[in-house]
Amino acid sequence: MTAGEICGFLGANGSGKTTTIRMLCGLIKPDGGGGTCLGLDIVRDAPRIRPQIGYMTQRFSFYEDLTVAENLDFVAGVYELDNPREAVRAIIDRMGLVDRTNQLAGELSGGWKQRLALAACVLHKPKLLLLDEPTAGVDAKARREFWDLIHDMAVDGLTVLVSTHYMDEAARCGRIVYLSDGKIVVQGSPDEVARGSGLVTYEATGADLDLAARKLRKMPGVEAAAVFGSALHAAGMDRTALEQAIKSLEGGGALVWHEVAPELEDVFIHLLSKPVEQQASQPVKDAA
Amino acid sequence: MNGFSLKRFLTVLRKEWIQVRRDPITLRMIIALPVMQLFLFGFAINADPKNLPAGLLSVDHSKYERTLVAALQNTGYFDIRPLVSEAEAERALADGELLFVVNIPPNFDRSVDRGEKPTILIDADATDPSTIGNAAAALAALTTALDRDLPQGVQSKPANLPFQFELHARYNPERLTVLNIVPGLILMVLTMSTLFVTTLSITRETERGTMENLLAMPVRPIEVMLAKVVPYIAIGYVQVILIVVIAAAVFGLPIRGSIPLLAVALGLFIASNLVLGITFSTVARNQMQATQMAQFMLLPSFLLSGFMFPFKGMPVWAQWIGELLPMTHALRIVRGVLLKGNGLAEIAAELWPIAAFTLVVAVIATWSYRETLE
Repeated sequence: MTAGEICGFLGANGSGKTTTIRMLCGLIKPDGGGGTCLGLDIVRDAPRIRPQIGYMTQRFSFYEDLTVAENLDFVAGVYELDNPREAVRAIIDRMGLVDRTNQLAGELSGGWKQRLALAACVLHKPKLLLLDEPTAGVDAKARREFWDLIHDMAVDGLTVLVSTHYMDEAARCGRIVYLSDGKIVVQGSPDEVARGSGLVTYEATGADLDLAARKLRKMPGVEAAAVFGSALHAAGMDRTALEQAIKSLEGGGALVWHEVAPELEDVFIHLLSKPVEQQASQPVKDAA
Repeated sequence: MNGFSLKRFLTVLRKEWIQVRRDPITLRMIIALPVMQLFLFGFAINADPKNLPAGLLSVDHSKYERTLVAALQNTGYFDIRPLVSEAEAERALADGELLFVVNIPPNFDRSVDRGEKPTILIDADATDPSTIGNAAAALAALTTALDRDLPQGVQSKPANLPFQFELHARYNPERLTVLNIVPGLILMVLTMSTLFVTTLSITRETERGTMENLLAMPVRPIEVMLAKVVPYIAIGYVQVILIVVIAAAVFGLPIRGSIPLLAVALGLFIASNLVLGITFSTVARNQMQATQMAQFMLLPSFLLSGFMFPFKGMPVWAQWIGELLPMTHALRIVRGVLLKGNGLAEIAAELWPIAAFTLVVAVIATWSYRETLE
């Protein structure tokens, strides 16, 4: 990863995202092999890596019985910052936590807790920020603001590795990496991943979309059929089979079909539903 | 980075202290509990119970009988009321309403006068032997009770013993139970606020996920552990001072030995609890398990240390288990220093087993901490 890059980490539950992030922090040791983080060996140099990274856990893991300011003071002290008071004040300003300084962390809503956790993780100005599903359970507006903050910090040279299940978040990453069973299956920019998947997607508008989707799902050549608002998406790897399926359906309703570029979501559902052996044989490796 | 950092230690200590303060219920319990227990147990528990309910079953209501009943009352152990029938006696014993039933045989006076040595049967509820023990012992002293009423010939002749016994109840001449309870209570309360709280406080970090965060930060395990135990060591000493001062002021607990010596010895006992707490917390996955493990240690400490039951009365194998427990030795130290005025020379033999226990468990704690967290 290059400095200032935002890299999205995707994959099914249990595909090794959290494990990878924990290894990078030196929280767990790899069973075999090794790796480097910021040019340091993750096994040998864990104590030297720790001051240079910020790790935001999946669950809120600061102290709920401490106030926002006390939590940040604690983090500043543990990292032995030269000017803790100034650092805490600056981060409170930047994260917009001024009004909540003296509120107990346990009383904050999900979105504010996330923001506090982020503040605590970047307080010591790490070079690398590791975020493990940072926005799970947070509303859309708070998620948008959270990502704005991350992009803002990336501009200042912070490198970010973020794991997520949200496609809109994946689309905001400079690079995405798809993991399965601990192995990288696909990586590249969101556009490259979508185009490189070889997936053919058709979109239809009209009436009775749900019924059409149900019929399509059972047909050969259709890997996924789902309704998004007023449109129906049908996707498959085999163009002729997919078109055949759509054609055979047309007697049923007056749907207007046209081909669209595959959405990231289609691609990931396609990847998620494929068995592992098949994925390993996929020749997708076009990292920028 | 790798060494111990005072700054990081103080940061964690400050955080722990805020958390202790933010939990008013625990804080109040820490102060109120030992005081409450001391008053409750000090006034309530009595190993030498008096005025036990007894019933009298008799048909004649004769002169000798009255004298005998008066003598029984005068021992202070019996509170006697008459019964009408054997059935009532049986029922009262079964109900637990009476602990003793005194059966005076018919024609008691005449039998005595004739020198027939009639038998007075006393039924006692022995479900709790310690309740009736002292009262039963008091009966032996009543052999001369009738002497004044009896004609010359039948009076009991005092045996002319070639020697005499005299029991001298040292260290606790009034045999006050509270003086026995205070040392045990000090250790129970210390166990609660060091073993339990350390175990829970570390397990809580694991349970709430904050431990993962803590470990990703550059803070050393030793700094976290020390900062976690220091507030509770302070709280433990406050509790000890509270108990000793109240026991001395209210219950007349003598303080015959050196308080600084006691403080040092208790420090060792606290250390043994802390290392054990840390060991438990490395194994326990949640606070429920942690509590159970701490209970597992508390019960034998309660029962086998000599606090609840006489140590020398246990079979040898049980005494061996008892000898392994820090509580057993700490109890001897506290009793020795407070009640007997023992000095370092006398308690040294009890200090090293606690030190050895602490050392062994500390090694296990260090080892298992590495295994599970690093």
